[in-house]
Amino acid sequence: MGRTLFTKVWDAHRVAALSVTRDQLFIALHLVHEVTSPQAFQALRERGLAVKYPQRTIATVDHIVPTLQQQIRPYDDSLAEEMLQALETNTREFGVRFLGLGSDHQGIVHIIGPENGLTQPGMTIACGDSHTSTHGALGAIAFGIGTSQVRDVLATQTLALERLKVRRIDVVGQRSPGVYAKDIVLRIIGTLGVKGGIGYAYEYGGPAIEDLSMEERMTVCNMSIEGGARIGYVNPDQTTFDYLRGRPFVPTGEAFDRAVHAWRDMASDTDAVYDDRVTIAIEGMAPQVTWGINPGQVVGIDQPLPQPDELPAEEREGALQAYRHMGFEPGRKLLGEPVDVAFIGSCTNGRLSDFRAAAEVLRGRRVAAGVRALAVPGSRRVKRQAEQEGLDRVFHDAGFAWREPGCSLCLAMNPDKLAGRQLCASSSNRNFIGRQGAPHGRTLLMSPAMVAAAAVSGSVADVRDFLRGERHD
Amino acid sequence: MTETRGATFRRMQGRGLVLPGNDIDTDRIIPARFLRSITFTGLGDQVFRDERFNSDGTKRHHPFNDERFRGAEILVVNNNFGCGSSREHAPQALHRFGIKAIIGVSFAEIFAGNCTSIGLVTATLKEPEVVELQRRIEEDPTVVLTIDLETLTLSFAGKTEPLTMNPAARSALLEGTWDTLEQLLRNEDEIDQVHRRLPAFSTLA
Repeated sequence: MGRTLFTKVWDAHRVAALSVTRDQLFIALHLVHEVTSPQAFQALRERGLAVKYPQRTIATVDHIVPTLQQQIRPYDDSLAEEMLQALETNTREFGVRFLGLGSDHQGIVHIIGPENGLTQPGMTIACGDSHTSTHGALGAIAFGIGTSQVRDVLATQTLALERLKVRRIDVVGQRSPGVYAKDIVLRIIGTLGVKGGIGYAYEYGGPAIEDLSMEERMTVCNMSIEGGARIGYVNPDQTTFDYLRGRPFVPTGEAFDRAVHAWRDMASDTDAVYDDRVTIAIEGMAPQVTWGINPGQVVGIDQPLPQPDELPAEEREGALQAYRHMGFEPGRKLLGEPVDVAFIGSCTNGRLSDFRAAAEVLRGRRVAAGVRALAVPGSRRVKRQAEQEGLDRVFHDAGFAWREPGCSLCLAMNPDKLAGRQLCASSSNRNFIGRQGAPHGRTLLMSPAMVAAAAVSGSVADVRDFLRGERHD
Repeated sequence: MTETRGATFRRMQGRGLVLPGNDIDTDRIIPARFLRSITFTGLGDQVFRDERFNSDGTKRHHPFNDERFRGAEILVVNNNFGCGSSREHAPQALHRFGIKAIIGVSFAEIFAGNCTSIGLVTATLKEPEVVELQRRIEEDPTVVLTIDLETLTLSFAGKTEPLTMNPAARSALLEGTWDTLEQLLRNEDEIDQVHRRLPAFSTLA
């Protein structure tokens, strides 16, 4: 009977059984950032413990860093300054490699892992951030953890965990121009629901997933958590190996060939048995946009917003609350809804391919008057590469602010925030109430190209109109 | 939390606090701006901050401000509670507010795990039973709820309902091993064995 990648990786990293249902699992790579780690390091100090394998622990700073004048210390925000100083002290004191602001490798933790080749197939990866599922794009079992678990990994390089069930999600059909990885994952969450993945790891496959680039696969895996799944992954294939070759932490020469051999073996067997299987068809699918207060409240850009009484009973109350918060009406379309802010960035869509896709829309166009538009690269490397391609000029000429790397307006722990009831076209992952830094602020999740289209239109737009060249704003 | 490390939970009694709504995310439980701290101290005051208070600091109508529920220790929620961010600040904020157990229809996974690792009970009931429980508490907030982890039951007002709970979380709470670190530290040799066995894929090893 065939085994899944999940099972193979789990078994390879299993240290011991802790109880009938709980295993102790070795964590091959622990990623650390400033928000969820200070209390964990403090707990180690209080118990007189060291970091077990500092060489398997990598830290960076991303959530609280400003995207303007990032290098000027101390920060105006004394709380942010205190957090950064804590991470500097903790990494120095415990001997952990810190890819901080002085490093060429700094950036959002889920962007720098893959781009530096720290993330590799067959690994177990943990980080105190729910979007750790991103790393599954490379065939790793990667999950978000809380601060007590960050402490556990620091002290023992292991976690107490229960095995998940595995749901295979086959995505089939040709995607239309203007439809991106973000649209695919929003469709998956819209179909299976925001709690549909509880208890499951999502294995993404099928022709439409195999066709995606590595960066696009990361976008899909990134949002697994928004569908309730703690883990999402794609089996490693030639696309994965081609992506990894030559990255800083990846072995070279013969060692690379040996690694590829091992990575290939980690993929799910063709006769692997799954706990559940679903197929999602994307043929003819329009770009997707959220209209509510969770990522499952999503429609095609050409579709009317749902009538609450036509929704499944358990979604009705949430829909009514969403309509109250967003101020939209059932039955209408979002097309033409004026936006105040446009944000391209985050661990979901802050990679080079995202800025390229948005630049394709922005080239030769201008952000509409009154729209505040922010482009925030996910890492220094993304920023540098984008600038080498001249993308920063495209964004700048269009009227976007081109910023320093960080999490920025995704969760607004730095000075980038919405104000009042502003409506934001956002390439990020969460449209939760208050997520972008204002209790009454409103978020529409969409692909970076759709954000660019909204920015130049001044309102929610269909990016397909721009790509066809039918609109010349 | 360190002060209760190793405590075992068998039975607990307390009054209920009804928080209706599905998909209540951790950004709502504790907004991101309160994560700008290197400790968890003080989070109890900020729980549901943006829903409990207006921008001028005046109180809004919210279950966590409701005098009838003051001192209640058992939170009763609906579907997919604690979804979103992995921030342990969310269970920490609830715990520090005074919540000792949460009963709901379903919980987001990381949230439930975070609750267990600080000794906060999460247990589930079927939807109609949760709705009925919420109705009863709303009707009479003085009703005392008893959670028995050994028999996995909830008793209130002369009724007893079977609870469902993640078996690992349940045994960890019953045995006082919910603070996982001590347990993990015991297997040092086995950890080192796995470390040596893992392929040296990268310059990390």
